[in-house]
Amino acid sequence: MITRRALVGSAGLLLAGCDRVVQVPAARKILFAGEDMHRGLQRALSNRGALAPEFTRAEMSPIFRSNGTSNPNTPDYNGWVADRFAGYRLAVNGLVDRPLSLSLAQLRAMPARTQITRHDCVEGWSAIGQWTGPLLGTLLKAAGMRRSARYVVFTCADLFNGQPYYESIDTVDAFHPQTILAWALNGAPLDVPHGAPVRLRVERQLGYKQAKYITAITAVASLARIGKGQGGYWEDNVDYDWYAGI
Amino acid sequence: MVPPGTPLYRHRLATRLWHWINAIAVVILFGSGLGISNAHPRLYWGAYGANFDHAWAQLPHFPGWLTIPASYNLAISRRWHLFFALVLAFGLLAYMIASLFNRHFRRDLALTGKDVSPAHLAEDVRDHVDFRFHDADDPGRYNSLQKWSYILVIFLALPVMILTGLALSPGMDAAWPWLLQLFGGRQSARSVHFVTSALIGGFTVIHLALVILAGLGNELRSMITGWWRVPA
Repeated sequence: MITRRALVGSAGLLLAGCDRVVQVPAARKILFAGEDMHRGLQRALSNRGALAPEFTRAEMSPIFRSNGTSNPNTPDYNGWVADRFAGYRLAVNGLVDRPLSLSLAQLRAMPARTQITRHDCVEGWSAIGQWTGPLLGTLLKAAGMRRSARYVVFTCADLFNGQPYYESIDTVDAFHPQTILAWALNGAPLDVPHGAPVRLRVERQLGYKQAKYITAITAVASLARIGKGQGGYWEDNVDYDWYAGI
Repeated sequence: MVPPGTPLYRHRLATRLWHWINAIAVVILFGSGLGISNAHPRLYWGAYGANFDHAWAQLPHFPGWLTIPASYNLAISRRWHLFFALVLAFGLLAYMIASLFNRHFRRDLALTGKDVSPAHLAEDVRDHVDFRFHDADDPGRYNSLQKWSYILVIFLALPVMILTGLALSPGMDAAWPWLLQLFGGRQSARSVHFVTSALIGGFTVIHLALVILAGLGNELRSMITGWWRVPA
């Protein structure tokens, strides 16, 4: 009886012990290094340009649910919605030779890629939809991104605790042939819950990387001095992995 | 007949090391996996599946004493899960390579004529019901049900867990698109991942029960030092 209890008890202790271990900085560092190992392994096992699976129209989700902010609802944003984003401008800045300020009409006039891809939320669900927009790489080249840039930071119109939502990716994903700034979902202009007027699609990563309501794209050499330095709102505030390829 | 009490060197170092590393990994993966399940406790078949789609299963909310961490935190559950997924996968790989070299698979797990004979398997079931787990003439040998369960876990259930886990990764789906074809889409892979984890949970419970019935002290010692005594 005692031994049986010891067996069950040791599994229980292991579970409870985990919550203590994660409080120890050194142990936490080892545990969090799993992210770098997965990134290293995935990058080693795949080509830089390996494509995420694409689907046919018949394979699309009947309803593509939205997630996160459903409406930024700030005075600036509400003004843009009221004039159908005529006043909206997308800034491309940071480590670039020619900073850009693009209207939605200019973005829509650029050569666009249309792709039917699967969106995977970190929670576990998936939805398949059709996205249309210019390649992020095209914008970065047009702005003359400098070689010293290693990351691209997306600043968004929605606020969390008074600060704009932000996300970041590295140059490998920024110049991937499926990384686009989508202004349409399923053939219609992006609606407010899905990130109007423009959102990121970085198809080899999870949903929280797909920044919505983008107002600025900034090329940087380091993420250390942006936000709290972890590369994104969720990364800064609740320990989400910056590399969300798994 | 081998006299009771005779010491036998039953488990080699590689087997013992892997057993304990894997035991820790499985418990942590199970607890953190239940924590992740709480984020979206619905299962689907096919490539997509979300709130508006038909779910074939709606899972319960798993209580804090079963999850890692105890209070809901998806990010920390994922940190545990993804770190120990690497321990599980590379541990299994190392154990498999070692077991080919030290002939553990060949000597202990390879099926013989007896192990596939329905008459012998039926006898083995009766022996288990009577709590007789060892052949008195060849006590070091794994019994047939034991072989089958270890083979199914080592060569089927654990590899399926690893492959379905990889199929959930959007990065790996780009690297290895065959993962999705193998399981019929990401949400099917997720369902198979959950079902297989339940089977491994069931195996673990039966395994622990049989360890207790077969003699906890003797079995534990053999998995720590390698030495096992033939029971009476």
